[in-house]
Amino acid sequence: MDLTLKVWRQKNRESAGSMVTYPIKGISPDMSFLEMLDVLNEDLLRAGQDPIAFDHDCREGICGMCSLYINGRPHGPERGTTTCQLHMRHFNDGDTITIEPWRAAAFPVHKDLVVDRSAFDRIQQAGGYVSVNTGGVPDANAIPIGKSIADKAFDAATCIGCGACVAACKNASAMLFVSAKVSQLAMLPQGKVEAKTRVENMVAQMDVEGFGACSNTGACAAECPVGISLENIAIMNREYLSAKATSEHVA
Amino acid sequence: MILDSKIPEGPLAEKWDKHKFNVKLVNPANKRKYDIIVVGTGLAGASAAATLGELGYNVKAFCFQDSPRRAHSIAAQGGINAAKNYQNDGDSIFRLFYDTIKGGDYRAREANVYRLAQVSVNIIDQCVAQGVPFAREYGGLLANRSFGGAQVSRTFYARGQTGQQLLLGAYSALNRQIAYGKVKMYPRTEMLDLVMVDGKARGIVVRNLITGKIESHSAHAVVLATGGYGNVFFLSTNAMGSNATAAWRAHKKGALFANPCFTQIHPTCIPVSGEYQSKLTLMSESLRNDGRVWVPKTVEIAQRLRKGEIRVSDIKEEDRDYYLERKYPAFGNLVPRDVASRNAKLMCDEGRGVGASGLAVFLDFADAIKREGQPAIAAKYGNLFEMYEKITDENPYENPMRIYPAVHYTMGGLWVDYNLMTNIPGLYATGECNFSDHGANRLGASALMQGLADGYFVIPYTIGDYLAQNPTTKVTTDHPAFKEAEQAVIAKNNQLLSINGTRTVDDFHKQLGHIMWDYCGMARNAEGLQFAKGEIRKLREEFWRDVKVVGVNEELNITLEKANRVADFLELGELMVEDALQRNESCGGHFREEYQTPENEALRDDENYAYVAAWEFTGVGNEPVLHKEELKFENVKLTQRSYK
Repeated sequence: MDLTLKVWRQKNRESAGSMVTYPIKGISPDMSFLEMLDVLNEDLLRAGQDPIAFDHDCREGICGMCSLYINGRPHGPERGTTTCQLHMRHFNDGDTITIEPWRAAAFPVHKDLVVDRSAFDRIQQAGGYVSVNTGGVPDANAIPIGKSIADKAFDAATCIGCGACVAACKNASAMLFVSAKVSQLAMLPQGKVEAKTRVENMVAQMDVEGFGACSNTGACAAECPVGISLENIAIMNREYLSAKATSEHVA
Repeated sequence: MILDSKIPEGPLAEKWDKHKFNVKLVNPANKRKYDIIVVGTGLAGASAAATLGELGYNVKAFCFQDSPRRAHSIAAQGGINAAKNYQNDGDSIFRLFYDTIKGGDYRAREANVYRLAQVSVNIIDQCVAQGVPFAREYGGLLANRSFGGAQVSRTFYARGQTGQQLLLGAYSALNRQIAYGKVKMYPRTEMLDLVMVDGKARGIVVRNLITGKIESHSAHAVVLATGGYGNVFFLSTNAMGSNATAAWRAHKKGALFANPCFTQIHPTCIPVSGEYQSKLTLMSESLRNDGRVWVPKTVEIAQRLRKGEIRVSDIKEEDRDYYLERKYPAFGNLVPRDVASRNAKLMCDEGRGVGASGLAVFLDFADAIKREGQPAIAAKYGNLFEMYEKITDENPYENPMRIYPAVHYTMGGLWVDYNLMTNIPGLYATGECNFSDHGANRLGASALMQGLADGYFVIPYTIGDYLAQNPTTKVTTDHPAFKEAEQAVIAKNNQLLSINGTRTVDDFHKQLGHIMWDYCGMARNAEGLQFAKGEIRKLREEFWRDVKVVGVNEELNITLEKANRVADFLELGELMVEDALQRNESCGGHFREEYQTPENEALRDDENYAYVAAWEFTGVGNEPVLHKEELKFENVKLTQRSYK
């Protein structure tokens, strides 16, 4: 396949960026999208040009490091797929493909397609854990958990933290990401003890980081590569309201 | 040099408890006077950093990814072993210990492996307490499944994403300590050198991957938890960023590198499809519970299939060779990884491989689908089938999967004693980064176990013993040793940036990968290894003459990052070949063609090679020096591994 790529190039956080057009030839339909970019980067390097910086690591769809806004959609045109698991057979010979970084004020661009998602880590640090030290814990079977609850908690826990939900949202809201952790831990007995402070602190941090409000349009869940459900946002809202109504934690 | 493993005296089952009592303690009020550096934030690193922070030490944690949550431990699929015996099927700490020692072809240290089996029990408790959503039975108790190389159900799992859930558990514990201010996290930061003061590890030099700034960090002890070095093969199941640089540069500062040639080749990966390919994807070993492995019975049929003259469905039942079931009736398709891998290679070498390249065998679910129905198979393996279809564009419900072995896990690593300390005082290595627990072959579901055992339950005890015996005096980064190491790192970066040759870093990396795979891969022989040694040396020299690295240091420079890593892989590759060459026997992931039984099984030589090969660096291009740690087996009898 021969393609035309329009790629966002930006030297660093301070400089202005722009779209640059690159023709590319002889792409195999069996290549992944990132392998196609590898090929382009090898060409650029041989020509003495700076290759395009993009984030990626496991290339198995699980680490959440790859991003890319492809033809106006996070992770490209395939549903339920990360960019590293998107293959070129979903494009046609002669296509023009537009590639941009995640677009959100809370995810500033480091370079080209690489953005800073450390805001997500800071939200988790605000309470996305069970406060338990190593050792001195009860036997794992001491607290039975019904299978349906364990399964539901697991569904929420599978969030890979890639940020596609933020990129898809017109308000750049992080509600889907935050709600996944909040509802996972709120469902499990281990996480219930500090559920109130957790949801209050995580929501507060989300605001501090500059993510927008939820607009209830559901673009986040539609574009989520691992299918995190909107139900989690409902659970988080309920957790948040009840925490606020009965809060011991004045913040 | 004397390799003192510091294995405690006494009966196997009492060694760890006794040792815990005998180690020196650091008074809680004094812990805050000690700084500890942890490099890498996968299962071993994140759990260690979190636990050391909880204890009161000041921890600095480093990772090259943008967040500790991305570490490659997250990609592990199958599960984590623990000798809980919840299934009442006869499991015990001793049985887990025994299976691990046997599975590793008797090239692991008994005391370490026994401790691993002991603390495996605590790991599950710890993770559940953190809110890790393991699979549960309807009654609310934890579910288990079985894995290759074991005959009990001791594997705890969270669907096919166990590594993800365990890492997120450790990441959350780490986040809690970051929030408390006990751990300071440095993401997108790569360690480029180890700093020694008075013969002790006292800090590291790092490159900030965003700004390119070279910085130093000092501490009282340094823990490396940087994972394995499988990417020396270019194609592997490792994440693209996984590298050997931190461990290798510690090796160049004097840390011994042990058993580098022990590479685990995982039997069920999606085959290579073209030269552009950047990595290999593993299909969980659990598929072999229902999938039957076969190739055409004759070379002629295989050729016709490869040419497209016939389809898979045209091959009659009697023309199919279910070779694992034929050769190993007791374990069948569930033989351990090294045995399954080697046999797939044998079939392809005979010319009976399938797929366009002829480098694949079938993993066929037709019988299972006929027996249980497609919905039942989809419920068990649905996500794996989808993943296969996404990558290959073939429907595995209709046609058998094509699989081939691929580089997966490295059992070698930095040499450590029972305390997980390298031969450099104050430098520790945990998880896949060390060599100690898996011998020549790793059994399924035991990598996650070792990472968390080391991080949560071993290093927090043993590091205190060292700190208690060493003064709290701080070394600052103004010390000349730091300045010297920084200068060396800067000089190396500048050299890479100034070569301005014609070949790209990936180009060199791929060529190295081909040499390693062809001559130091699933099978090795003396002649091939000698040849490879020369080839790698030539390639390394060419790299430093002709590599092309563009850009400058003072920015995000992906080519410079890769160039540093590949420079180290080139040196490490040579050591792996050297190690494979001196080990005149076959064991686990190390198969020397000259040493095999008449039935093509690995032939160990316990008389002469029951030792850990620990190599000392003597300069680039110089012959390394081999030190041996004899392995003593007092609790298991060394026998030929048989799965017939």
